[in-house]
Amino acid sequence: MSAQPILEVKNVSKLFGSVIALSNISAKVYAGEVTCLLGDNGAGKSTLIKILSGVHQPTEGEYYFEGQPITLNSPREALERGIATVYQDLSLIPLMPIWRNFFLGLEPTKGWGPFKRFDAAFAKKTVREEMAKMGIDIRDPNQAVGTMSGGERQSIAIARAVYFGAKVLILDEPTAALGVKQAGVVLKYVVQAKTRGLGVVFITHNPHHAYAVGDRFIVLKRGKTLGIWKKDEISREELVRAMSGVDELEALSHELNEIARRKDLENQAAA
Amino acid sequence: MAATTTSPPKRDERVAEISSMGKILRRPEVGAVLGALVVWLFFAFITPEHWIGLGGLARIIDSSSTLGIMAIAVALLMIGGEFDLSAGVMTGTAGLIAGLLSTQLGLNFWIAALIALAFALAVGYVNGLMVVKTGLPSFIVTLATFFILRGANVGVTKLLTDQVRVSGIDKVAGFATSRAFFNTEITLLGEKLWTSFIWWIIIAIIGAWMLQRTQWGNWIFATGGDANAARNVGVPAIKVKIALFMTTAGAAWLVGIMNDVRLRSAVASQGIGQEFVYIIAAVIGGCLLTGGYGSVVGAAIGALIFGMARVGIVFAGWPTDWFYSFLGVMLLVAVLVNNYTRKRAEAMTTAMAKAKVESGELAKEEGEA
Repeated sequence: MSAQPILEVKNVSKLFGSVIALSNISAKVYAGEVTCLLGDNGAGKSTLIKILSGVHQPTEGEYYFEGQPITLNSPREALERGIATVYQDLSLIPLMPIWRNFFLGLEPTKGWGPFKRFDAAFAKKTVREEMAKMGIDIRDPNQAVGTMSGGERQSIAIARAVYFGAKVLILDEPTAALGVKQAGVVLKYVVQAKTRGLGVVFITHNPHHAYAVGDRFIVLKRGKTLGIWKKDEISREELVRAMSGVDELEALSHELNEIARRKDLENQAAA
Repeated sequence: MAATTTSPPKRDERVAEISSMGKILRRPEVGAVLGALVVWLFFAFITPEHWIGLGGLARIIDSSSTLGIMAIAVALLMIGGEFDLSAGVMTGTAGLIAGLLSTQLGLNFWIAALIALAFALAVGYVNGLMVVKTGLPSFIVTLATFFILRGANVGVTKLLTDQVRVSGIDKVAGFATSRAFFNTEITLLGEKLWTSFIWWIIIAIIGAWMLQRTQWGNWIFATGGDANAARNVGVPAIKVKIALFMTTAGAAWLVGIMNDVRLRSAVASQGIGQEFVYIIAAVIGGCLLTGGYGSVVGAAIGALIFGMARVGIVFAGWPTDWFYSFLGVMLLVAVLVNNYTRKRAEAMTTAMAKAKVESGELAKEEGEA
């Protein structure tokens, strides 16, 4: 893809008091690619995306956007540059219809002065069109978001970010709370966002989801980079192994066997 | 924005068609409309000679109008996720301030009314500020305001007039023009009416338009639905809440002034207990107690139901002591009807989706995909 990463962090660290949440992380995100950020709980994924989305400022290190060094002081500044983050809670209002949610905070208006009004017809039409681009048919834009499935809600949040001019789309565990089929639906939208030229950052702790859509993989572990691979540099099995710490799992199962064996010995001794 | 359309959109088989009947039943004001119809028919049966015709209608409208104005403001506040228990007593406070300033200090009634407005808006602002800054339930914060104002209403009035009422408002300068503007008696189609009902209708139209058709309306729904999520996408939720508290206080001021010019006096106990009536009218109108859902038109109709009950009991010749019992029954019935219609509307969509699955349409579509 393009030579210059759209978003890059170099040697960033983040300390919360004496806790080192991130240590010396470097990452590149390219337009038209899905960069997967993997790691177990506590690996530092959340801290890194909060730095990328402007919620936190790095204690050390540099942040580049489209080649320029920048400092983001708030999520709003990130949003203004086109770095949109879709959090797990999605920031959707369940009781409100799709079209109202889609434009919430950035309502299109028409008319003048005291007659300025929310252009509902435009909003409904646009929602239908934008969702159609993601392959979803919305027949009733008046449907309350709360009555939709998790995957559909996720897709609304993604479509909203894309529509409002996101260049980089950060997705915080979009498949975490979803069933197999719904997760598949969301993965499809991730790929769709990528083919529309966005740089997608896909945070997950599921290596199978990551491998299905990712072009690059960054695996974090305890605040450090465990490895960075392009898709052709790593197999699914290797990624699973790197990510979920199969070595650790083996050690754990060994330990469990050991406990069982001792119990057996005790039982034999008693008998 | 350059975007490539991928595959043509596939109709989502899980979204069942909703009939137009279902759409109507899903509207928040359905319960109120049905309730109003039931109450109207009830009294039309009990006391048809007074009830049916313009005379009865005029009495009902007159009895509902100031209540209706308050119900609209309170409904907006409730949709925004908050309560105001000081709204009732505030109508008394505003009326007393205007009355005392004009009769005791000899101010022009217009100026006295404007000072009362400034005071009301300031109280609304403080109510809102305390709720958003402390995060305490507005129920508690405005309960405190309610007691403070209730005490002050009597205390200050007694201090200045040695009575619990302010009389002689009709003798001050600017009274006639104020009365003409705010609330005066007119004859319409042979029936006497107070012009507060015109305010009620105008406020209902503006309120409904604002809620349904403007950016502010969207923000009110969002703030009441989930204030955090709303803030995340850039809705100024704090401003919205404060503005709604001020709107409620402003409406209370308007009603207070209307009472002043109509009764030519103000009593210190004015408005006490009315706050629940406003909330009940809003709930009958389809507002959820938890916020984020409701209707201005519904609240206006909720107020109409109250007016009907008040007038109907008098027409029927029943002791007026029963008014509140009647209201309790009305509230219960309206809320149950609301609940039933909403559930039924939801059930209809589910049932249709189910029917599609059973007819095999769903499986066929999935096979094609």
